[in-house]
Amino acid sequence: MGRFVVSTPEEQQEMLKSIGFQSFEELFADVPEAVRVKDGLKLPEGLSEMEAFDYLSSLAGKNQVFPHVFRGAGAYRHYIPAAVKRITGKEEFITSYTPYQAEISQGLLQSIFEYQTMMCELTGMDAANASVYDGATAAAEAAAMCIDRKRRNILVSATTNPEVIRVIQTYCFGSGNQLILVPEKDGETDPEALKNLLNAETACFYVQQPNFYGILEDYEALGELTHGCGAKFLMGFNPIAAAILKTPAGYGADIAVGEGQPLGLSLNFGGPYLGIMTATAAMMRKLPGRIVGQTVDAAGNRAFVLTLQAREQHIRREKASSNVCSNQALCALTAGVYLSVMGPDGLIQAAEQCTSKAHYLQEALAGAGLPLAFEKPYFHEFVTGTPAPAQIILERLEREGYLGGLPLGESKILWCVTERNTRKEMDELVSLVKEACGK
Amino acid sequence: MKLIFERSKRGRGCSILPECDVPVVLPEGDRRERELHLPQVSETDVSRHYTELAKQTYGVNDGFYPLGSCTMKYNPKVDEETAALSGFTEIHPLQPVHTVQGSLAALAKAEELFCEVTGMDGMSFQPAAGAHGEFTGLLLIKAYHKSRGDLKRTKILVPDSAHGTNPASASMVGFTIVNIPSAPDGGVDLKALKQAAGEDTAGLMLTNPNTVGLFDRNILEITKIVHESGGLCYYDGANLNAVMGVARPGDMGFDVIHLNLHKTFAAPHGGGGPGSGPCGCKDFLIPFLPGPRVKQAEDGYRMSRMETSVGDVKAFYGNFAVVVKSLTYILMLGKEGVAEAACNAVLNANYMMRKLEDLYEMAYPGTCMHEFVMDLGKLKHETGVSALDVAKTLLDYGIHPPTMYFPLIVHEALMVEPTETESRETLDTVIAIFREVYRRAKEEGEKLHQSPVKAPIRRPDEVQAARKPVIRYEFTEA
Repeated sequence: MGRFVVSTPEEQQEMLKSIGFQSFEELFADVPEAVRVKDGLKLPEGLSEMEAFDYLSSLAGKNQVFPHVFRGAGAYRHYIPAAVKRITGKEEFITSYTPYQAEISQGLLQSIFEYQTMMCELTGMDAANASVYDGATAAAEAAAMCIDRKRRNILVSATTNPEVIRVIQTYCFGSGNQLILVPEKDGETDPEALKNLLNAETACFYVQQPNFYGILEDYEALGELTHGCGAKFLMGFNPIAAAILKTPAGYGADIAVGEGQPLGLSLNFGGPYLGIMTATAAMMRKLPGRIVGQTVDAAGNRAFVLTLQAREQHIRREKASSNVCSNQALCALTAGVYLSVMGPDGLIQAAEQCTSKAHYLQEALAGAGLPLAFEKPYFHEFVTGTPAPAQIILERLEREGYLGGLPLGESKILWCVTERNTRKEMDELVSLVKEACGK
Repeated sequence: MKLIFERSKRGRGCSILPECDVPVVLPEGDRRERELHLPQVSETDVSRHYTELAKQTYGVNDGFYPLGSCTMKYNPKVDEETAALSGFTEIHPLQPVHTVQGSLAALAKAEELFCEVTGMDGMSFQPAAGAHGEFTGLLLIKAYHKSRGDLKRTKILVPDSAHGTNPASASMVGFTIVNIPSAPDGGVDLKALKQAAGEDTAGLMLTNPNTVGLFDRNILEITKIVHESGGLCYYDGANLNAVMGVARPGDMGFDVIHLNLHKTFAAPHGGGGPGSGPCGCKDFLIPFLPGPRVKQAEDGYRMSRMETSVGDVKAFYGNFAVVVKSLTYILMLGKEGVAEAACNAVLNANYMMRKLEDLYEMAYPGTCMHEFVMDLGKLKHETGVSALDVAKTLLDYGIHPPTMYFPLIVHEALMVEPTETESRETLDTVIAIFREVYRRAKEEGEKLHQSPVKAPIRRPDEVQAARKPVIRYEFTEA
């Protein structure tokens, strides 16, 4: 049996006796007999560390790791610099709690302050919180920030990642607010539909940059329409793309949220990821969760603390802006280290390579008979039609260790390319696709 | 300490990516309109910067961390190793189901084991944290009543000793909160509960052992009252460490629960997260569970959503890597280790409490569970030294202070949770420190208002931080 209890059985007995107990039973005198576990739990015998490691290794071995990944759709395989894993693996960062005691948590607090600054830089926004669970919950929390007595409808573009739409929908089931999907047209939000749906009850409109199909929409126009009816304009951004694209602030967004996983986090079968939340100064006090602020200590030196806590659940209880307590601090730290290692030039380089390589693959696939589904500007994802059933193509790729794009129905595929993919890989992928299509 | 931005020098950097091997093609349309200020630093700079930050961060690895309600137990290193296996980390969440059988097996095994510990029948790992699990559990309660056409149930009963997340979560699910006062013995006031429970009761949220560290002796009576009113019972798993293997929420009458894997099941807290707050429930609530459910079929594991599910509360399947850590942990503890951990958590708390109660006043004397609450009201009255002063003075002795000013029903509260992974010597040392601080409070109370004096910084000015928020670094153009 693995054990992490420090005291030996003899020590335990001594300690019990020293405080007047004869047995552990007596410690639990308040637990009614009727609810006591009889004969122990039906769990397997405990394992040694080696056995546990081997068991989990055998499970991990039952997954297929694809050496070549061309699938994104909300989770992206980027290169993670070696320094990122080494630095974020430090035990102090891993084993600390939320920094309630600022005097012995300056390192962690400063790392969050730096992270907040970097998120503001990426988006151009004024304020950022210390993170929430992931991009989808960040979007749901952002929508909740916009609700008031009169405006209770949340408009979401149908071009949004379906994972995000589902989460906003669930939060709406809870709050009683209404989610209204704004229809898409040719892979973009239909501006006419948006115009018709916006009214005095609209709290906000949410759209992604790039959208689920990888497309860069006309955010200028969408923002103007939204603000024109007095609603808040919410943008979901990709933090790698942000290095080269016009920022949400540039488009007049009131809140910008994003999935931070591309910033140095592994795919991890979907989590933990990182929910980035940024806002204008005017909406700062509505942000949920932790925020770190700068101040001075009693000796006048710079210091960092958790701040603006009057928003939070432990103070406001049922009147709090959100119930968020735990966040994804270690993931935020990871993003901070990633961005420090990459620097502005490295991040721009990553962004340019993502989009350049995506365009290279898209043209090659078009040449192989997989036409671009929407003739629109895109970042690092794009949708193609398929001459053969999508499943046939993807199975052929899978046999050679290629995780192809995400099938959208039977005859469309959503492809993703990052800086991690090489030209050689893409050429190989295209010839496999040709084979599968019988060319 | 310098900020990473203050270490930045134009032109510095690391060499990470190769030259682009395809022609550079950028999308048409709007370009970034402002300069991107990120640090320009060498790898040496990055490494030293974060090492410096790590040195000013206090973790369980640094020492005693008795944060009440947070269960800061030791985090076994093997958990980090299993979660870091490339067969888990390199898996895309949208891979074909036959290529993720190992991940699904891990989720299925975790569901089986954690259901057995809690007496539940089904569990979703989609919630990312305790509060997120509460939110999910309350959605289940809402969906259940709605499915029966029972629309008048709009109220959630919450004891006044509850965590702040309880009322906040209930509010997010559109419920009205009814506060139930605590009885003088720290338990739920049965009379008040009976009065409050009725045909508008959606459910009760309860932590047991509760936030004053006591197991509510009337637990069966409490859940019965709520059930008889037609409401459901929600178990906040924050304090499960005291009773796992000893008593199960399912047997106490609870219908739906959340666990904090980052507390009870040894996953590290990472300075505030990522956590994992799986939501478990009895059979009749399984149809409402969120997210894709893992099922074993003849040809392996499958995933499917329940038709009547409340929806997804997070993208994909939750904080999977955190679940792997806690799965590793519970597999190692096994049948006997689970109860052994609880027993020793309770023993260590009582040991500390007994050895301090002649000096410090205990809010609820007697036998505690895994944590106890000290009431420093009298000390403050006599010496002017507050719970905050005591906590800050403890910093000078190199230990993390207990939770301060919670629960709210004890005004000068310090809540101590030593956990089972501390040795008798550590406890004895810490007891001596607490006693020393008490003596100083009596003899030189004035001085303690200045504490800490040995920590990296002195007390920060929180009022200034909130009044004039500076929450990002401002770059001056070079």
